[in-house]
Amino acid sequence: MDFTFSEEQKMFADTAKTLLADTCTPAHLRAQMDKGEARDADRWAAIVETGLTLVLLPEAAGGIGLTEIDFAPIAEAAGYAGLPEPLVESAGVAAPMLAAIAPDHPLLADPAATIAIQHPLNPFVADADTAAAIILHHDGAAHIVDPASVTLVRQESIDPFRRLFRIDGMPPAGTRIDADPAAWALALDRGALFAAAQGLGLAQRSIDLAVDYAKDRTQFGKPIGSYQAVKHHLASAQVAVEFARPVVQAAAAEIGAQDVHSRARVSHAKLVALEAADQAARASIQVHGAMGYSWEVDVHFFLKRALGLTFTWGDPAFHRARIAERMFGSPTGPDTLFARTSDQKAA
Amino acid sequence: MDLTYTPEQQAFRAEVRAWLEAHVPATPLEHYDATREGFEAHRAWERTLKSGDWGMVTWPVEYGGRGVDLIQWLIFEEEYYRAGAPGRVNQNGIFLLGPTLMEFGTHEQKVRFLPSMASGDEIWAQAWSEPQAGSDLAGVRATAVRDGDDYVLNGHKIWSSRAAFADWAFGLFREPGTERHKGMSLIFFRLDAPGVTVNPIRKINGHVGFAEIFLEDVRVPAFNRLGEEGQGWHICMATAGFERGLMLRSPARYQVAAAKLAELYRRHENSVDPALKKQVVRAFMNAEAYALSIYSTASRLMAGAKIGPEASTNKIFWSEMDIDLHQTALEILGPRAELLPSAPDAGAVDDWLDDYIFSLSGPIYAGSNEIQRNIIAERMLGLPR
Repeated sequence: MDFTFSEEQKMFADTAKTLLADTCTPAHLRAQMDKGEARDADRWAAIVETGLTLVLLPEAAGGIGLTEIDFAPIAEAAGYAGLPEPLVESAGVAAPMLAAIAPDHPLLADPAATIAIQHPLNPFVADADTAAAIILHHDGAAHIVDPASVTLVRQESIDPFRRLFRIDGMPPAGTRIDADPAAWALALDRGALFAAAQGLGLAQRSIDLAVDYAKDRTQFGKPIGSYQAVKHHLASAQVAVEFARPVVQAAAAEIGAQDVHSRARVSHAKLVALEAADQAARASIQVHGAMGYSWEVDVHFFLKRALGLTFTWGDPAFHRARIAERMFGSPTGPDTLFARTSDQKAA
Repeated sequence: MDLTYTPEQQAFRAEVRAWLEAHVPATPLEHYDATREGFEAHRAWERTLKSGDWGMVTWPVEYGGRGVDLIQWLIFEEEYYRAGAPGRVNQNGIFLLGPTLMEFGTHEQKVRFLPSMASGDEIWAQAWSEPQAGSDLAGVRATAVRDGDDYVLNGHKIWSSRAAFADWAFGLFREPGTERHKGMSLIFFRLDAPGVTVNPIRKINGHVGFAEIFLEDVRVPAFNRLGEEGQGWHICMATAGFERGLMLRSPARYQVAAAKLAELYRRHENSVDPALKKQVVRAFMNAEAYALSIYSTASRLMAGAKIGPEASTNKIFWSEMDIDLHQTALEILGPRAELLPSAPDAGAVDDWLDDYIFSLSGPIYAGSNEIQRNIIAERMLGLPR
């Protein structure tokens, strides 16, 4: 039993944080939004160069072959920065799935290429237009298609950086792959887990923005952050973050089991991390007062990302149902915290 | 990161489980705050625990413990709550003062006080608050005047948990003339010492769970001072860290309650609002989240970290989830929720009502949740005082 991160794991997380702190500031986000560009070419090149797109890819596919424990802090950093590029969904979900279902696919050799994924739970595909390939779910089968070979219908999201598309038309002949259904299940869990990890980053960012403002803004002759009503909003949001983080970490450590327990843990992580992101964003808006409701203050970027991620990769009702399935279908109690289906079979 | 138990940890769990199965009383003991008999029955249970060397498993063997690590402590607690073993009447000693003594006490003090704490031979009350020093604990007025090898204590303490029946208490006393955080010392005194008057105070449930203590020229040896003279505030904060952090509220307590709530919901599933299921699932999630957080803290402490202001987040989380969980149970019980177990038509209302009433104390004791939120805002987030 060891619930700590290795030095190597901390190093990857720090690399991602530092890179995004430099290259993905709110000023960068605003400039990119004004230009209407899906990507910042320099930032994406820097992300690729540091190896972040290869972390979860197996070594056989040219990747670094690390695990979800290593990638989750990277996703958290992406959330904290409000990263527009599809690092999390491509490198954390779609590319590893491509490596599993089509290990010889030529795109795996290009660390800069992004892969989009259409999971049956998500009616819209994120970043389909800029992807080098889309993994499509069609009639129960997997297809790997070129975005140019299908019709993409853009669906505007309130998050200016979530580029969503409905995909029309039949997948072209010869694109069908025999994919193990387990690959789709793992993709769903990874999508939900890394959405949760982004939620932790989003939540902390909203709190940090509010803390900076509350130290600075003066009313009644004192910084507003010295008033308890303001303090308590932010303290409550921080409590939510503190009790979501270990769930996300445990979900990352256990995801490989792919049983009722690991699925419930991923769902728990997804629910509480995005609830924390929502609570923190709303507290942050409240602490900013009228400024918080303005376009000029940056909190809305993080509020909108949290909103989008809450309903992607399984909405709250979906995830609650998975937790209820574990809770009512298997023994509960203090000795079952790290229970595994395999243990129960053995017992 | 490896979230599986080693074979040694599994063997430890099996050993704890087997011992508890053989020793936990078949019928629940009367509550230790209800009567002197209930209190003494719990002391007897503490002695039974010690006979199996389970008094305080994390302490070194020389001080009455087993020398196991924090993960084993969590396993012990999981099995303890799973077995429905009696509440720990000496929690002020073993969970609060004990760890602080371990950090700040001299070898002689440890030898004198820890083994008798682990065995229940000496049961401790806390004496933090005073009538004018509650949340603002630095307002303590009780005094300690040095007289040769002794201190002479005077003052008035209140809301002292367990003081009605306990043997010893610990509290803060200041050198006359000092103010606020300076000049205070943490001193132990016997509750039956000459000059000590204990007036029990009844709790909201009628039990004498706490008391007020008057001290008039109470003479104690300087040996009873923990740490240096004037260092009391610093030591008190360390104690509070243990209290809010790891030791006071075991995750297992809430995991057992959540499992019981699931069972209650299952029994009433066909007659209650299906929307309650969401709250039942939430109780399970909260209990698991708290447990995961404590495992994470235990791992970090074992790797050399110290408990910091994040302990304040624990206290808020467990106290608020505890109320939510019990409120959900009362909603499931519906019109029977208000019935005492003695009511003819109460049926299997269990302890839900009593535990709900107890949960209402959670946001107050060990530092009110308002104070905890201030600590988080100021020390974790850096907001101005």
